[in-house]
Amino acid sequence: MPEEATSLENPAGQFNEEVLIRRVRDGEHDLFYELIRPYEQRLYYAAFAILRNQADAEDAAQEAVLKAFKHIRQFRAEARFSTWLIQITVNEARMRRRKEHAHMVEPIANQQDEQGNYTPRDFADWREIPSEALERKEIREKLTEALASLGQIYREVFLLRDMQQLSIEETAKALGISTASVKTRLLRARLMLRDLLAPGLGGSWSTKLSFEKGVKPW
Amino acid sequence: MVIKCSEVWREISNYLEGEVTPDLRAAIEEHVHGCKHCTAVLNGTRNVVQLYGDERMLEVPLGFSHRLHRRLEDNMPGSRRSFLGWMVAAAAAVVIVGGFEAARSSPFSQPELRSEHAQAGSGVPPDLMVVVYPDGKTFHAPTCPFIHDKAHLRTIAAHDALQQGYVPCVRCMKKYLTARLGAAPAPAGVKPQLLS
Repeated sequence: MPEEATSLENPAGQFNEEVLIRRVRDGEHDLFYELIRPYEQRLYYAAFAILRNQADAEDAAQEAVLKAFKHIRQFRAEARFSTWLIQITVNEARMRRRKEHAHMVEPIANQQDEQGNYTPRDFADWREIPSEALERKEIREKLTEALASLGQIYREVFLLRDMQQLSIEETAKALGISTASVKTRLLRARLMLRDLLAPGLGGSWSTKLSFEKGVKPW
Repeated sequence: MVIKCSEVWREISNYLEGEVTPDLRAAIEEHVHGCKHCTAVLNGTRNVVQLYGDERMLEVPLGFSHRLHRRLEDNMPGSRRSFLGWMVAAAAAVVIVGGFEAARSSPFSQPELRSEHAQAGSGVPPDLMVVVYPDGKTFHAPTCPFIHDKAHLRTIAAHDALQQGYVPCVRCMKKYLTARLGAAPAPAGVKPQLLS
């Protein structure tokens, strides 16, 4: 049995990515399924955040995976494989967006001056949201809606950094922008989302939440 | 160090990332302690990061993984599984098309069309994945620019869409409709009726 085969799984029982990549390159194409399996969800969501449409996002994610398979020899080990995959997906989704939605008007937030200071709205304190709140579909939908309402440049950065947990540097690389731009857009995205969500999560959306008990957070 | 509200807001993201100097951190904390607005902004922003960072926010449509693997399998060059898969898919398509044609010829199993102006899309490959939305009458390719309700799309096989009474979009499914019309030319003087 070749050495690679014995070292395919690491002690934690997870597939060794580096070995998998090497074996896929050497012609064991079926192993590509194992290589992408841990990232499928993230790739779909990366496309969804840009295209904001389930069917388009699914198609873009599929296409990105096919491209990754086709160009796996171009992958360089200095980047994480997940970052490389996400980068391909982001490019695919952006290309589709340009092609198919050129006539669409960007949300107002996208047209604002990126460098300008943002003044957060003066809501009273937003009480901590217990993680159980996310069990409720309507809360998840509200969060998704709020994210979708951001301009694309803010949505992309927020998604990669705060949802996909990429580092600032990886986010910059995946989007082809500077780390300074990532930081500026991330700040703006977080503050805008806070402004969008604070009133609802303390009011009408959360009237049935157990932690509220009729007490308004402001 | 004394700082203003605007400086706190500008650094709030870096503060949450742990990327501020000890002096600036202390100044922000001192300011926030005595400022209701900045306390609300800091807590709210922290909640945003916490909520969206939860992996329950990353939901995918049902069957996404299966469809992804199937498409990958169909596109793997020289793979024995791909060839076998293609053979199985081709055989399944023959069975489905045959069954569908047989069902279509039966007056009892004809689905009720959602539009009185519709024509059933018998030229569309039955296993083609298409999208529909609840109040729509037509089914579309996922990339069709004429989808009106993109917020409530559902991905299903063309065969199922037809069974549920949807008809093909004349724009994105044109090639299948044209092929069908070409295969069975209308009698002289009768123009094929396209959907509006």
